[in-house]
Amino acid sequence: MRILGISAYYHDSAAALVRDGELVAAAQEERFTRVKHDARFPFHATEYCLRQEGVGLADVDFVVFYDKPLLKFERLLETYLALAPSGLKSFRMAFPLWAREKLFQKNLLCRELKGAFGVELDWDKQLLFTEHHISHAASAFFPSPYDEAAILTMDGVGEWATTSAAFGKGNSLDIRKEIHFPHSLGLLYSAFTYYTGFKVNSGEYKVMGLAPYGQPVYAQKIFDNLIDVKEDGSFWLNLDYFNYCTGLTMTNERFDALFGGPPRKPEELLTQHHMDLAASIQVVLEEVVLKLTRGLAAETGSKNLCLAGGVALNCVANGRVLREGCFENIWIQPAAGDAGGAVGAAFAAYHMALGQPRKQSAHDGMKGAYLGPAFTDEEIEVRLKKIGAVYHSVTQPEMIEAVAEALKNEKAVGWAQGRMEFGPRALGARSILGDARSPQMQSILNLKVKYRESFRPFAPSVLREDVSEWFEMDVDSPYMLQVANVTRKHCTEMTEEQKKLFGIEKLNVPRGDIPAVTHVDYSARIQTVHRETNPLYHALLESFKAKTGCPVVVNTSFNVRGEPIVCTPEDAYACFMGTELDLLAVGNYLLWKEEQPAELKRNYENAFSPD
Amino acid sequence: MSIVKELWAFMRIRKKFWLLPVLIVTLIVGLTLVLAPSAIAPFIYALF
Repeated sequence: MRILGISAYYHDSAAALVRDGELVAAAQEERFTRVKHDARFPFHATEYCLRQEGVGLADVDFVVFYDKPLLKFERLLETYLALAPSGLKSFRMAFPLWAREKLFQKNLLCRELKGAFGVELDWDKQLLFTEHHISHAASAFFPSPYDEAAILTMDGVGEWATTSAAFGKGNSLDIRKEIHFPHSLGLLYSAFTYYTGFKVNSGEYKVMGLAPYGQPVYAQKIFDNLIDVKEDGSFWLNLDYFNYCTGLTMTNERFDALFGGPPRKPEELLTQHHMDLAASIQVVLEEVVLKLTRGLAAETGSKNLCLAGGVALNCVANGRVLREGCFENIWIQPAAGDAGGAVGAAFAAYHMALGQPRKQSAHDGMKGAYLGPAFTDEEIEVRLKKIGAVYHSVTQPEMIEAVAEALKNEKAVGWAQGRMEFGPRALGARSILGDARSPQMQSILNLKVKYRESFRPFAPSVLREDVSEWFEMDVDSPYMLQVANVTRKHCTEMTEEQKKLFGIEKLNVPRGDIPAVTHVDYSARIQTVHRETNPLYHALLESFKAKTGCPVVVNTSFNVRGEPIVCTPEDAYACFMGTELDLLAVGNYLLWKEEQPAELKRNYENAFSPD
Repeated sequence: MSIVKELWAFMRIRKKFWLLPVLIVTLIVGLTLVLAPSAIAPFIYALF
């Protein structure tokens, strides 16, 4: 039985294909269209999933959409009604979109699928809809390695739910409690994202990265004025300070007055005030998430926790849940945001609607998140030739040796190997790699390769077997969703004078043996690399370790600011030629920058609008 | 026509028949907006 999950029309549209309970392919549309957060119907991603499986749409038994548009419409109507007439302007903008398109989503889906694949399914029977938070919960539990687990999903908002607590066992999943719109942890965090001048829905991870530069001086003010949290983690927002229910901004004048001024404009200079705000909302989020997980542990008695929803991408909060929470084991869906809803929708239909049993495996069902397209060496060579690239064909051991040597010599390397990752993180399939020991690597990568804000830290990939030697953690973190400190023996204490440095200057102080991945608070967002899920990347780290004694490299996504992560060899080459990357390793082909034709160089710095 | 059926089924299952007059008024008001020159939709999460 084949089930196609679809997430679309809001942001990060994606498709996923489940065959007999096994996830066989998943991809985000943005990787194919090259439009960041592309929300259009995922034609390309669907086409890829079917091609990967070698089938057509007619061979699919069910198509499942990841939320229920009419329930969302009900929420909009009731919200406008409750707050009328204040939301008239917002209503005037939102309604035409609903009346033209979103209300007719079922017809739209049928039309899009029929138009693209020329197949008429029995839509009344074969097109299903799951609730948004059930999709998230299903994406967190069914591919997890646990037979039973407590499940917590937190995001901005789905239909009504913004936070759900559930319990999963075998092939069943039972939602126990929900917190409804407008009370939302995700929207609270997004309000601060907006107020500190970043884009709502994409800049939240920048707020998280900014937080260690500040002090949580406003945390108590947030607890006193904005959010009322109960002992079990349930919460209530004070809507006097927010404008997102019916307005066109996240916050209002009262919020401005509370925090001493208007919101920061995008790209305006970041001050200590913004860093303190980031630190404060981060602390508040962590406290609420900790309380929620403790409440859930007490209620379910489970020792396993599964997380999903956009808030679960806050790896700093995840790290605290792991260290201070009440669960022995935590598994987080790597595509915790809306793209992962496609996976959850397909699993929910298979297990919950159709009652099919779960397949248990020693590892999780996400296959390391390597669920996207791969390219054979033959395909890569044809494509590189067509572009006019200068390349060296080598064996796999030679490729690994050359890349490890280049990393040792502080070169920035583009690494495009095997199946593309599903989810927002690059995990060693479409990655830019660097030497974590190099004090210059952070600023080289930020300013010359990624063209992004200099305050943003980089994350390490480390051999799983060496993780506890380098980081204060000894669990799997294959999806880069856990944060832990660098071990003391690999840290250098900052002097009192250095501690007083401001923002980015503090980041430039070498803080240990792996400064490129050590944040100002000595934390790191860790990816453990496993031989079972990515043997090639594991072999590269082993080779680097043999040369340097260090099993840690910098791993950042293979893209520039505002660009979707690369998918094809052509995308990888374009990014390579548009940035100051030194070496590109795509399949068993090596491309050195100095050998490439000058006319193929591109200016990538302003090629994409900032995210 | 299928949307009318869907909305009816929706109100029946959700037991929200009180939404019917609201829905009718909304659709009438909304129709005038649909026919008006289109505005760019704001990118605020909660709206969608």
